[in-house]
Amino acid sequence: MEMYRSHVMICRGTGCTSSNSEQIAKNFEEEIKKHGLEKEVVVERTGCFGLCALGPVVIIYPEASFYSMVKPEDVEEIVKEHLVKGRIVKRLLYAESVEENRLKALEEVDFFKKQVRVALRNCGIINPENIDEYIAFDGYKALEKVLTKMTPAEVIDTVKRSGLRGRGGAGFPTGMKWEFASKSVNDQKYVLCNADEGDPGAFMDRSVLEGDPHSILEAMTIAGYAIGASQGYIYCRAEYPIAVKRLGIAIGQARLYGLLGDNIMGTGFKFDIELRLGAGAFVCGEETALIASVEGQRGMPRPRPPFPANKGLFAKPTILNNVETYANIPVIFNKGPEWFASMGTEKSKGTKVFALGGKISNTGLVEIPMGTSLREVIYEIGGGCPNGKKFKAVQTGGPSGGCIPEEHLDSPIDYESLAALGSIIGSGGMIVMDEDNCMVDIARFFMDFIVDESCGKCTPCREGTKRMLEILERITEGKGEEGDLDKLESLAKNIKNAALCGLGQTAPNPVLSTIRYFRDEYEAHIKDKKCPAGVCKELLDYFIIADKCKGCGICAKNCPQQCISGQPKTPYTIDSSKCIKCGVCMQKCPFKAIIRK
Amino acid sequence: MKTIQELEEIRKKTLDTINIRKDRSGTRIVVGMATCGIAAGARPVLLTIMDEIKKHDLSDVVVAQTGCIGMCRLEPIVEVYKPGEEKVTYVKVNPSKAIRIVNEHIMKGKVVEGYTIGAESK
Repeated sequence: MEMYRSHVMICRGTGCTSSNSEQIAKNFEEEIKKHGLEKEVVVERTGCFGLCALGPVVIIYPEASFYSMVKPEDVEEIVKEHLVKGRIVKRLLYAESVEENRLKALEEVDFFKKQVRVALRNCGIINPENIDEYIAFDGYKALEKVLTKMTPAEVIDTVKRSGLRGRGGAGFPTGMKWEFASKSVNDQKYVLCNADEGDPGAFMDRSVLEGDPHSILEAMTIAGYAIGASQGYIYCRAEYPIAVKRLGIAIGQARLYGLLGDNIMGTGFKFDIELRLGAGAFVCGEETALIASVEGQRGMPRPRPPFPANKGLFAKPTILNNVETYANIPVIFNKGPEWFASMGTEKSKGTKVFALGGKISNTGLVEIPMGTSLREVIYEIGGGCPNGKKFKAVQTGGPSGGCIPEEHLDSPIDYESLAALGSIIGSGGMIVMDEDNCMVDIARFFMDFIVDESCGKCTPCREGTKRMLEILERITEGKGEEGDLDKLESLAKNIKNAALCGLGQTAPNPVLSTIRYFRDEYEAHIKDKKCPAGVCKELLDYFIIADKCKGCGICAKNCPQQCISGQPKTPYTIDSSKCIKCGVCMQKCPFKAIIRK
Repeated sequence: MKTIQELEEIRKKTLDTINIRKDRSGTRIVVGMATCGIAAGARPVLLTIMDEIKKHDLSDVVVAQTGCIGMCRLEPIVEVYKPGEEKVTYVKVNPSKAIRIVNEHIMKGKVVEGYTIGAESK
């Protein structure tokens, strides 16, 4: 590889790509050529930097200048000023990264300051389509150590001592999982990677696959050595085209270098990996359903035991770990299990990646040590709710998780603490809600998702979630009845106890947690037929405040139902019986004379 | 197939070229590249410095640019920042001076006094 004085790193993760970062990369290449800098400056396409809200992101080294929201037409200026003349284009810098005219190091910026990037260590720093760059930052060093210096039992012991637990949701100790599979005796075993990230709002696995695919291949190969498997499969959802493409490239490069195949690094160890694409069913993130899908069958769960460690893919002993779990493995071997276990809390070790979304200023990916408080993540890293709105709750764990209100924001983030609050860490989605979100509507949204995604195999999930959704819909439509909450709670209890798989067993969590913390909001819907947050349309009416109305008639002109009437220069009125509650009048009124309640 | 030795070579070679994205502990050579610097010949100086670094396979050295620092008459200006040492400012640098700066100051730690701003103002 050539030596360049400056590296232009352009995010080609899904977020920045959809705001045109490929065009930006092309413009950079063109402008650099135009100025004759192609031997001095290199353009690299990388994975996600994490600060998706500010995409497209371009970072230029050696200065590490963080350009945010770059447009293709800005490129000419950056090349002319920064790359030719060495003058950083201040107006395009991420405002947070400049302090008193000085460029802060990235680690000093609030968004990055509290983060510890382990699983995301290479995202945004290497070109994921170049295996050499992965190797440069200690890539495949852990595999070398494992294959040449360790026995499978030592490998498993190392993972156990690190305290690593599954990052996909359930939090099962990874080392124990590997140990079970290693003890099953069979001529063929399998290593699977769950890359079927389906929780609404979670995208950390996608970022790892897009930004650092080789870390997954390396970790799976280590797992293969530990349990005695020679074949691995990555089950990736087809909705992640960039991840699928980069995984394909990475597998090809690893085979070429002999890091996958018959005689890995000349040690005689044999392991290969194939990709399997999921067709977009949420239930296929459940391990037994995923295994059925890889086998080519319909993706449906089956009762356990037998557990996959004994009878998994093609009825052979199998381990299945999540993408983020694997991403931690090489680092554990390079830096030692004690180093990993020194981060986090007593029972939850290491770091966890969270996808911050919803009503939060810094939408994006953050990786923090376990035990960090929710408040630090939401306010110090995430920057709080935008537009001065009041924080109401944070939803963690997607459709299997729950909503946590303001008063519990100081709880540490770890598996046990969040479970005690009625939520889960889950895959790490974190959706922030402010005063404009209706908690009943949120519960209805997640239940709607579950009803769509329930595979239908067991009755509690298929029928129970449907009944719960019907009740929630009635409540949001103002047809809630006394006793609805009891019915919801008893259905929830039965579904949790009786459903076949994790999808059903956790499906009532969003409803239960919102009833637990926001019972008054449910009661306002049921008893007063009011939606305090002003979300549920059926429970709202629009009114014109006579004192504020100047009689301009703009509302009447814009009303699609023509249900606003009045005489110019006198207060207008809305005929609620015809109103479809579209809210156009409220938006158009220049005097803020229209209210919703 | 790559052997473990070959992988180690790839690791070392690639790290030299991409380490500027992570490590900020090494030597920094900063060339003034505003209009004044470019007009005075900063570009050949910059290219020469890069060639020398490549030739001697120096890792831990970052070449960066900066704008005008206000002494246009002394351009091309090259500043060398070594960890734990005072900044050294070289003035009126040309490619042959640049070669000496890399060979003596960067590689052997010996400041080329005659080219520094201190010598110029005497």
